Amino acid sequence: MSTSETDFSEELAARRKKGIPPGLWVACPGCKKAIFRKEIDKRLGVCPECDFHYYVSAKTRLEQLLDEGTFVECDNNLLPVDPLTFADQKPYVERLKAEQKKTGLTDAVITGTGMIRARRVAIGVTDSAFIMGSMGSVVGERLARLVERAEVQKLPLIIVSASGGGARMHEGILSLMQMAKVSAALARFDQAGGLFISVLTNPTMGGVAASFASLGDVIIAEPKALIGFAGPRTIEATIRMKLPNDFQTSEFLLEHGYIDRIVRRPNLKSEIARIIDYCHG
Amino acid sequence: MLDYLPFEQPIADIEQQIESLKKLPEPTAESMQKLRHLRKQLADTTRQIYDNLTPWQTVQVARHKNRPHTVDYLSLVFDEFVELHGDKFFRDDRAMRVGFAKLDGRKVLVVGHQKGRNFKDRTENFFGCAHPEGYRKSMSKMRLAAKYHLPIITFIDTPGAYPGIGAEERGQAYVIAENMFEMSRLKTPIVCIVIGEGGSGGALGIGVGDRVAMLQHAYYSVISPEGCAGILWKSGEHAEKAATALKFTSKYLKEFQIVDDVIEEPLGGAHRDHHQTAARIKSYLVKSMKELTACKIDEMLANRYSKFRQMGRYLESSLADEEQTNSTAQFNGAIG
Ligand SMILES: [Zn+2]
Repeated sequence: MSTSETDFSEELAARRKKGIPPGLWVACPGCKKAIFRKEIDKRLGVCPECDFHYYVSAKTRLEQLLDEGTFVECDNNLLPVDPLTFADQKPYVERLKAEQKKTGLTDAVITGTGMIRARRVAIGVTDSAFIMGSMGSVVGERLARLVERAEVQKLPLIIVSASGGGARMHEGILSLMQMAKVSAALARFDQAGGLFISVLTNPTMGGVAASFASLGDVIIAEPKALIGFAGPRTIEATIRMKLPNDFQTSEFLLEHGYIDRIVRRPNLKSEIARIIDYCHG
Repeated sequence: MLDYLPFEQPIADIEQQIESLKKLPEPTAESMQKLRHLRKQLADTTRQIYDNLTPWQTVQVARHKNRPHTVDYLSLVFDEFVELHGDKFFRDDRAMRVGFAKLDGRKVLVVGHQKGRNFKDRTENFFGCAHPEGYRKSMSKMRLAAKYHLPIITFIDTPGAYPGIGAEERGQAYVIAENMFEMSRLKTPIVCIVIGEGGSGGALGIGVGDRVAMLQHAYYSVISPEGCAGILWKSGEHAEKAATALKFTSKYLKEFQIVDDVIEEPLGGAHRDHHQTAARIKSYLVKSMKELTACKIDEMLANRYSKFRQMGRYLESSLADEEQTNSTAQFNGAIG
């Protein structure tokens, strides 16, 4: 009944369209108006009319957050394998190849170091376009190494989550254990006095929400992101009730005391820098 | 009277024959002979079935309504149990039982999911699906145990953490994360045993320890077979296929180095012999406690960390190293 996986892809598709569609003019899924594409791009993927936050890739996210030319990627040589020889309607190995081709990523997270307004940080960004940003062995290992690197180099740690898929089913129990692995690494980092800022973006669900994403010393979310443990469909099937409209949104989480701030994308970089200065200054 | 699972029909048939023979008013030499033969046949058939359980059959055994639950082990394994109910937050979650207990004279803290046997119990216990208050209760008592150096024992038996509006409002994701985070560094020995269903995050929320074991016919999975089938095969009816694909039985978990030990069940599964199962769990716990308490605490914590740290399978390629240099260069170029 309950899972660390999520199952909301349809709702998500209905509620928020992915990415900024090609073309000069875009029909905004937030306000339904025709918006000049350049105006969205100029605002880092945010609708000028209704503040709808479009999907941005992990690479774009890094460009938005880091000072130009400062990013150095780590652990890109860690590549996913198929430990279960898993096949649903498509073998996992083929799915991996297709996702790699589609996204240009080797797996669902990019990690490394870079500067945020001249402050050096360790940073990881998950990309919801790669098997729904789900966490398998590679995502877990890259993040654990990132945390350890932040500890050794005494860097503030930033992880931006965009993971609707939670723990990746195709790697079975090995994926589930990445939750414990990264959480244990964060406990050590915390013990050593490290600062961890967790940034939640649409969507952050299941095993990702129930591990590192929730463990930030400070937790920031973009507006109207879908964030939660169980998928809305699982909950609806269990309680047989329609869910409230704002359920599992950033605003819902702020109201219930689980996140610290909601920050619009154009302000994210300066807000992160400001928090670093309070704790690391 | 046992409730037979569909694939246990051959066992049911033989047991029925045995019963009717036993009812004969005057046992004859011939009937005694027949009875001995049937008993041997019963053992052979049961072994034949249980040595070859499919993953889906394993799930049914793990969920068997007569399978021993946490409260059964509390009375069969421990000398006493002093339940601690308070989460000091919202309410006493009956899906999560916590309290002091004595294991072979040693003071310990026990934490376990509780499913419940009859309908009333099961409803009260949310079918073993804990809410955030259950995880909070477990963590506050585990901290207490660590403060007084009491070893911790957890029994994992849940379909998953409860999916509901209240659970989300009270931070289900946060409490599971927090439990793993703290359990990874609690300064006291922790032994976790999956006794039935190890349902994803809800299981792992009390599953970080120095030793993780599972009963032979338990399963431990990233997602329920029904949930997985619903997402990847678009229908829960394919649960049997998903059960096979997920490789979540004890044999695989040992192979993947997720569990340290598999505790063998009595012939025909734990539900056929609670006492024998409890005795095996007890001897495993006593042995593990002896080993762990002999260990220096820093060493134990280092081992606990590296045990979870090494979990996962991936390729670390030096070839990719070269590619990495290239792609990093390109990537930096793209940013700069
Ligand atoms: Zn708009």
